[in-house]
Amino acid sequence: MHKASVVIIGAGPAGLCAAIEAAKAGAKVLVLDENLKPGGQLFKQIHKFFGSKEHKAGTRGYEIGVELLKEAEVLNIDVWLNTEVCGIDKEKNIWAVRNGKDAVHIAAERIILATGAIENAVAFPGWTLPGVMGAGAAQTMINIHRVLPGKRVVMLGSGNVGVIVSYQLMQAGADVSAIVEASPTLGGYGVHTAKVRRAGVPFYTSHSISKVIGKEKVEAVEIVALDQQWRPINGTKKVLEADTICLAAGLSPLTELAWIAGCQFHYIPELGGHLPIHNRYMETTAAGIYVAGDITGIEEASTAMEEGMLAGINAAASLGFYSQKEKEQLSAIVWDRLDALRCGYFGQKRKTAKERMISVGKKVIG
Amino acid sequence: MGRIAEHPILGEMKSSKEIEIIVDGKPYSALEGEMIAAALIANGIQTFRYTKHKGPRGIYCGIGRCTDCIMIVNGVPNVRTCITPVQDGMRIETQHGTGVWKRGDDHA
Amino acid sequence: MIQGALKTTGAPSLEELKKSPAFPRAEDYQIGPIAVIECIEEIPCNPCETSCPKGSISIGKPITNLPRIDFNRCSGCGICVAACPGLAIYIKDYTYSQDEALVTFPYEYIPLPEPGDTVILVNRQGQEICEGLVKKVNSAKAFQQTTLVSVSYPKQHFEEVVNMKRR
Repeated sequence: MHKASVVIIGAGPAGLCAAIEAAKAGAKVLVLDENLKPGGQLFKQIHKFFGSKEHKAGTRGYEIGVELLKEAEVLNIDVWLNTEVCGIDKEKNIWAVRNGKDAVHIAAERIILATGAIENAVAFPGWTLPGVMGAGAAQTMINIHRVLPGKRVVMLGSGNVGVIVSYQLMQAGADVSAIVEASPTLGGYGVHTAKVRRAGVPFYTSHSISKVIGKEKVEAVEIVALDQQWRPINGTKKVLEADTICLAAGLSPLTELAWIAGCQFHYIPELGGHLPIHNRYMETTAAGIYVAGDITGIEEASTAMEEGMLAGINAAASLGFYSQKEKEQLSAIVWDRLDALRCGYFGQKRKTAKERMISVGKKVIG
Repeated sequence: MGRIAEHPILGEMKSSKEIEIIVDGKPYSALEGEMIAAALIANGIQTFRYTKHKGPRGIYCGIGRCTDCIMIVNGVPNVRTCITPVQDGMRIETQHGTGVWKRGDDHA
Repeated sequence: MIQGALKTTGAPSLEELKKSPAFPRAEDYQIGPIAVIECIEEIPCNPCETSCPKGSISIGKPITNLPRIDFNRCSGCGICVAACPGLAIYIKDYTYSQDEALVTFPYEYIPLPEPGDTVILVNRQGQEICEGLVKKVNSAKAFQQTTLVSVSYPKQHFEEVVNMKRR
């Protein structure tokens, strides 16, 4: 059996920031991640981040990843890669498989779940064919593995992921035939849509994919216009040239470990569905178990990093590394930065939803 | 399909040792350390397996969650090729159906 | 929320841009090279403000405020062009010469153009407008892989041109 004071599950932006803050406070930290490399999905984010200086705005995501790993190294944070957590309980025992072989038991004093999210699928005839993939999958292939999964891409979904990945596919040398959006208006930031629009990519709003053309793989895509109730309109079908279809239809939090740990959940559809209840210190209903990042509701890497810091600070504080006063002060600073990211038209919905969660958390947890 | 040798943001691809993998009996080149799925895509291979209903499948999530890209690797079925690195001489086979584990198989 | 061209075609219309506080009026172009900021949605972002060496761009708090710019202080240096994570800023110089204007825009594709190349310039919809002559290609390290390309082009297309066609 191994012992650690703060165990963080997931070495993405939230997990790494949690680890850094907890270690800075003086806690002995262990980070577990199922992948062979740390960083989660940060290293495929090759665009410059938004926000302000305190949010590392203007720095490309993968460079932020490099900075976080350096910081973690300086702080001597233990990171176990290729380690899949299969069970945790309320007593904060963790069972994991290391390197696909060794079963390990870790007794933790505090746990921070930073497991991230998975892309949603969209089903239409032919969606299982080779050539249809998540937008994030295409992004992983081009920016991490440096291989081009296709030459002509149709993107389904115009949220930030859809438009950013479209842009990055063009940077990698592919052409984007179209971005198809079921809603009558585009979802992503205007600066992102404008960037791909001036590169010549057409947007089809109030449209969806009706089927894939091709028996063994994607050979073309048939799209169709939708009415106000999102029903296909007869006679509006159109065939677009494509060898690849990317799906950017949102993400769902990876909450399995929170369920297993016995955390109570609350349903907030705007944030991705059933989410572990947590308070403003990121603590769940399972005492000593914290959450941070997309598991608490789908947002962005920049908010995930802030939430990670919150969880790290508060997990460490609960072990006595900070006084009540210090904990409140440090948390308030992070909350100011979070609030800055969650304002304006795009942030407001998330902010309101988050506030609902925090108020539920306050009632249930304190 | 193919490798992205040069990139406007990420620059030139880091050079890695070239190794050989065997896909369905034929030799292909791959780069040391890369994932099987990446090596196959670089070689223009898109179809990784067929379901028991003979439906072709390729990569889908690319990060080890969905299991769409599983293949038989060194005789072991259901290996997630998007998160399993290549090794020199590795035998990779298109998987048909659900795959059968043999006693003593070591999950790659 | 903005409902018009930006949210349906992907690119802002001139009408939408003219309503935003940073968009130059015709007389502003008479001064010399100035930054044109096409940022009309309230997103949490302020590197344009913090990067400007002249302090000519202001956003303040909250950081979702739309940028404002003092054209009398803007020198058209281009630092904000590379700093903008949304690639939503370019520099335009109406005073460049008798017949030609100069546009300096962010470019993140390869192959990069070279000075002396003739390139095709596009409008916000990606439509080809005219040819231009590349004058300068600036990939300064501080720009973090965003290259600034300066292209001269006929003045008659002054307003429409925003970038170049990907090659």
